[in-house]
Amino acid sequence: MSLLNAILVGLREIWAHKFRSLLTMLGIILGVSSLIAMSAIVKGMEHGMKEAMIALGGLDKVLTREAPVPTWQSHLSDQARGRTMRDVEALQRSAPLIRMVSPEMALERVTISRGDKRTRPSEFVGVWPVVIEMNLHNLEHGRFFNDVDEANAHAVIVIGTAIRDDLFGSPEQLGREVIPIGERVQINGQTFTIVGMFEHYESDQDRKKREWAREHPDEAAQKQAVARGRPGYGGGGSRSGWAFDRKNRTVYCPMNTMWLRFRAASGTGNVPDPTLTDIDFKVEDLSQMEDALQQAKNVLLTTHNGIEDFSFSTQEGNIESVDQAIRNARMSGGIISAISLLVGGIGIMNIMLASITERVREIGIRKAIGATFLDVFTQILVEAVVIAIIGGLAGLVAANLLVRFLASLSPTGNTPIVTFEAMAMAFGFSVAIGVLAGLFPAFKAAKLNPIQALRYE
Amino acid sequence: MALIELRGVSKIYHLGGEEIRALDNVDLDINPGEFISIIGPSGSGKSTLMHILGCLDSPSKGSIKLDGMEIGSASARELARIRNQKIGFVFQFFNLLPKLNVLQNVELPMVYAGCSSRERRERAMDALRLVEMDNRAKHRPMQLSGGQQQRAAIARALVNSPKIVFADEPTGNLDSHTGETILKLFHDLSLKGSTIALVTHDPEIAAVTPRKIEIRDGKISKNVDAKLSGQHDGPKFAVGSQQN
Ligand SMILES: Nc1ncnc2c1ncn2[C@@H]1O[C@H](COP(=O)(O)OP(=O)(O)O)[C@@H](O)[C@H]1O
Ligand SMILES: [Mg+2]
Repeated sequence: MSLLNAILVGLREIWAHKFRSLLTMLGIILGVSSLIAMSAIVKGMEHGMKEAMIALGGLDKVLTREAPVPTWQSHLSDQARGRTMRDVEALQRSAPLIRMVSPEMALERVTISRGDKRTRPSEFVGVWPVVIEMNLHNLEHGRFFNDVDEANAHAVIVIGTAIRDDLFGSPEQLGREVIPIGERVQINGQTFTIVGMFEHYESDQDRKKREWAREHPDEAAQKQAVARGRPGYGGGGSRSGWAFDRKNRTVYCPMNTMWLRFRAASGTGNVPDPTLTDIDFKVEDLSQMEDALQQAKNVLLTTHNGIEDFSFSTQEGNIESVDQAIRNARMSGGIISAISLLVGGIGIMNIMLASITERVREIGIRKAIGATFLDVFTQILVEAVVIAIIGGLAGLVAANLLVRFLASLSPTGNTPIVTFEAMAMAFGFSVAIGVLAGLFPAFKAAKLNPIQALRYE
Repeated sequence: MALIELRGVSKIYHLGGEEIRALDNVDLDINPGEFISIIGPSGSGKSTLMHILGCLDSPSKGSIKLDGMEIGSASARELARIRNQKIGFVFQFFNLLPKLNVLQNVELPMVYAGCSSRERRERAMDALRLVEMDNRAKHRPMQLSGGQQQRAAIARALVNSPKIVFADEPTGNLDSHTGETILKLFHDLSLKGSTIALVTHDPEIAAVTPRKIEIRDGKISKNVDAKLSGQHDGPKFAVGSQQN
């Protein structure tokens, strides 16, 4: 019997028991669709996380954080001075494995106002121009600070677009570009001039959404009316959007401006507080991260008189925890799909065993007429595989519907990404399951003794 | 040379320590073109003999030669091929596949022979014409009377032009009138040159064939060839050949 014939016989058999076959396929359909949906969700997560990672300044960036004085040095804690400009100079001078150092001096609880409009930045920081490269900023309008601003502590700021949106209105609301260069605003009661504005940072997904909205203004208005009912911060955005939103709410001023206008006048007990909020640096070579951190530690221990009141935090640590989260999601998704596929396989095997018991007589007749072991084996195996293939195909369709449904449930989440590899793999699995599930029943049927099969009533 | 030669064939079953000799040291020759009946009471070993003759079963002892080939040394695959090419079976319960129509049932042996679909169709229709069932080709077995089903089964047995056709109680499930038309069909086929072995417990049916083999407790007790002894004057059928 040819393979084509076997497939036709298999299809006829499946068609003859439509409902039973559908139930049998259900396990495979569930397994395939969950496998694809899970991998699509993980893929979407991965994409969003990677984007956010870059928005936060790239992989080679290291943060120097304040840390409590270790217990064995606690008797020295009154000598711990925290991180100051001395550290920055020392790192620049004595740590060749470090490419750039960016000091940050932040002011907490800041309100920016213009007329009756007010808003809060994510951070208001005194910085050096190197911060642009450090945090991967892109200045779109105006200029950044220069040495003159720094030396004279000019009251100038560079802002992100979200600050502009809050104080001057967004281009979406006003229907025209808004560039507030040269405008004056109040920061905690002091007047500052905006000299520059960064580009608008957003995820790929949000960009696509915005571009689509620009091309389809009518539908977009409808959608926005729906979306307005949803809770969100600063206009929402994708799940990785917090990183972009944060970046868009940045306000920078020259380091010296921060020091002279805010910090020098407001330390505890009127003693000026020269500590930096942050010392970021980038390493020359990502592969020498460990060495660079050791070098930085040595330098800082010298300037800190041996007191270890600092610690480093790398993006690598973040990446690792993200990777871990992704691996966990992938693992649990994989286990769920594997179990459904296994159950589907057992279902197929079960139904094939029941089917050959029902068809003992048919098999006996076929053998008496001249069917060989291989003929019967192929017939039953092909039938199992055909069930699995149809189930697999239905699973592919179901997966795409499921993913679309999930995406429509939370349009602000990371869009799941269905990959061809995931579909091919899931389909391949379902076929393999069909083969495995069919082997034993096929063997059992092919081994049937035709005489006993014919006596069977 | 005989078409089939059995020499010292025994079939022994063991049931709970007890030995059942379904066949006991049987010698038998069947020549090409013969029309024989194997007759005996129920449980005497007729079906067992037919299964062994038809290469569906293997003997516990003894040798079988079919068409010059020693069956004992054949592989399972070769046996399947012999059943497919050289042997046709007709059963008491017709044994058509209920999900296939008559034509597909008759085509089935050719499917396993690997014939093209065109050849299958032509030869199946020829065989159906021979048993006057060509006008029922698209019917399902369930839509046919017992006699019609048995005709279709005979067409299936003949379609690969076998060396011999075995029929195990072919009229056992039919009323006497229909049974007679089926016997008439076998008789006509025999006149056209087919080799046919009828298995039955009914002496009236056995009377149709020139040669009778009587079997009792697994042993051949009588082997009468009327043609050789000149006593056989041919069967008398009450029905015409056009009825069913
Ligand atoms: N598979 C088997 N196991 C045990 N005994 C069997 C088996 N098949 C047949 N027999 C026994 O062999 C004897 C002959 O059976 P069978 O050839 O079917 O007789 P008949 O067809 O003449 O009625 C009977 O006694 C039957 O019980
Ligand atoms: Mg019998």
